[in-house]
Amino acid sequence: MFAYVVKRLISGVLVVALVSMAIFLLFWYGPSSPAQPICDRETSNRCTPERLEVYERTLGYDNPVYEEYGKFVEGVFSGRTITIASSEYECAAPCLGVSFRTKQPVKEELVSRMPATFSVAIGGAFLYLLFGVPIGVAAARRRGTVADKALVSSFLFISSIPYYLFALLTWLYLTITFEVPIFSDTGYFSIGENGPFKWFTGLFLAWVALGIFGCTQYTRFTRGAMVEALSEDYIRTAKAKGLPARTIVYKHGLRAALVPVVTIFGIDFGTLLAGTIFTERIFEIQGIGWWALEAVQGRDLPVVQATALFSAVVLIISNLLVDVIYSVLDPRVRLS
Amino acid sequence: MTSVPVTQSSAAAAAAETDGPFLQVEDLKVTFPTEDGPVTAVQGLSYSVEKGKTLGIVGESGSGKSVSSMAVMGLHDTKSAQISGSIRVGGTEVVGLSESRMRGLRGNAMAMIFQDALAALHPFYKIGAQLEEAYLVHHSSASKRDARRKAIEMLDRVGIPQPDRRVDDFPHQFSGGMRQRAMIAMGLINDPSLLIADEPTTALDVTVQAQILDLLQDLQREFNSAVIIITHDLGVIAEMADDVLVMYAGRCVEFGTTKQILTTPEMPYTWGLLSSVPDVSSSTDARLIPIPGNPPSLLRPPPGCSFHPRCVHADKVAGDLCSTQLPELLPASSGTAHLKRCHLPDPVAVYHDEVLPEIAPELLEETR
Repeated sequence: MFAYVVKRLISGVLVVALVSMAIFLLFWYGPSSPAQPICDRETSNRCTPERLEVYERTLGYDNPVYEEYGKFVEGVFSGRTITIASSEYECAAPCLGVSFRTKQPVKEELVSRMPATFSVAIGGAFLYLLFGVPIGVAAARRRGTVADKALVSSFLFISSIPYYLFALLTWLYLTITFEVPIFSDTGYFSIGENGPFKWFTGLFLAWVALGIFGCTQYTRFTRGAMVEALSEDYIRTAKAKGLPARTIVYKHGLRAALVPVVTIFGIDFGTLLAGTIFTERIFEIQGIGWWALEAVQGRDLPVVQATALFSAVVLIISNLLVDVIYSVLDPRVRLS
Repeated sequence: MTSVPVTQSSAAAAAAETDGPFLQVEDLKVTFPTEDGPVTAVQGLSYSVEKGKTLGIVGESGSGKSVSSMAVMGLHDTKSAQISGSIRVGGTEVVGLSESRMRGLRGNAMAMIFQDALAALHPFYKIGAQLEEAYLVHHSSASKRDARRKAIEMLDRVGIPQPDRRVDDFPHQFSGGMRQRAMIAMGLINDPSLLIADEPTTALDVTVQAQILDLLQDLQREFNSAVIIITHDLGVIAEMADDVLVMYAGRCVEFGTTKQILTTPEMPYTWGLLSSVPDVSSSTDARLIPIPGNPPSLLRPPPGCSFHPRCVHADKVAGDLCSTQLPELLPASSGTAHLKRCHLPDPVAVYHDEVLPEIAPELLEETR
């Protein structure tokens, strides 16, 4: 298993390297010069060809692409000094560049925004697992009954609403129309500065939106996996042994049904950690997702590059974790 | 419904154990509602098994063999299966018995082993853990260590080498034959008086089949339990069974001792089963004689005798009796214990003149 994890980590690093190259090339060979956005910004949209040439030269965009990519990689490991026109910016390792808008090292802002995104992701995922899995189990045990059918169709209805619309409606009704006090001030407030209560109330509505929406999906996954598990031969064996219904359903049924649910969850959670753009934007949470959105709108290339790389890293790690957990849950799976 | 005091029911069980068969099934009927209407999978089924005896139940897929045994174990979903008639296990009526009391019998007084042990054992738990669980659920005062010792002892008893090590293996680490042995060990761990083996050797290699059958016979002698063996393999019946019940379309069509069924069968369906057994000693050119057609739909069973659409001897019965009237289960000519459900006026003659020459001409010469 250890050898397997090492092997996967090495291949993960290779994937990250390829992703970084791909992103780099996309910008380099994009429709306009990679220096165009910063030139526009610095000259208040009066970027003449002469000025553009200055930015291109100082940022190194007139060098061959491999040379600049080499500098980028060097910066990641040992830091570098980035020159933009006449100013110089120190960028310590691991350097992911300097934001065109704030002129701050990208890495520092990325780290500062992680707690917000992670809070949203962990709270939302906790809620949808907490409700989705037990409701799915209960529905599977009552499959075919009126209660099961009502639940499945109403959950299907909710999950067929686009998530951004669902989240927006949640915010509109609970915060604006009905002015529910606990939902009144959404956003991320760090526990250290504002205390846990403020942190909790700020994020609560985002968690509820993510939780309800995810719960409908996890109920369906769990129900499907449970229905399948409960029809297996080993469930009949468990019954024939004289085990109580609870043991049969949870110890024998749910144990088997959890494997596919955990697999889906691993990937989902990775996606959440990489940035929840809609949730962060709608509930005004200053996380990585919102940051990425702003960067795209402001053509802040180093930030876009960093957020894309970050989500690649998170997804690679969560995929690896899913495979490792899978082998722990199912003894038949050999990692090699 | 008030619950019967424990002392009374165990007294009844003790009484039944001393006189009469351990398992007594009477007029059993099992119906499943489906979208196309109710399906009667078993009806009018009666049989009994004494301790130390083996009953073989034979029939094609869908003939109701497994459904009737699952009813004995109470394994049908009570919400969907409608069960009527009487099933008495050790004197206790189990039709309509509460789930909690049924649970006390299942795996304890009666146990079942299944066809495909790989699917029937939980893939995520160690063999030992599954055996221990079966033991502990009926021995609430036993410790985990007792259960483990018992599990190792049972694995040893069913012939698993190095049981103290193999107890910590997962089912997928066992071979097919060993898995079935583990399954048997799990079935017998609580010393049940009734063991139902549902096609225990179907998924196994022929050589392993013989070992498993030997093991079952040994264990039966040792535990003196009543055994029901469900199979479609007449070889298994010949090896194992004292009595044989032939089922077709949910009904018993012939019942008798193994000798009666194998040497003087009187029902064309049984003849068909015997004819379709390949004979190792005959020449390789000899053709197998299959039963024509398919088992009938239980949703719309044919009128009269369910077997008549496939029966090649129906023309020997006067009029359209076969297609209009269900034959009664009546004593056959070879003895009172031998029952058959057929309209044929002289089955012995038909068997001798038409069936035996085809399937075993050498036997014919011996009897003449």
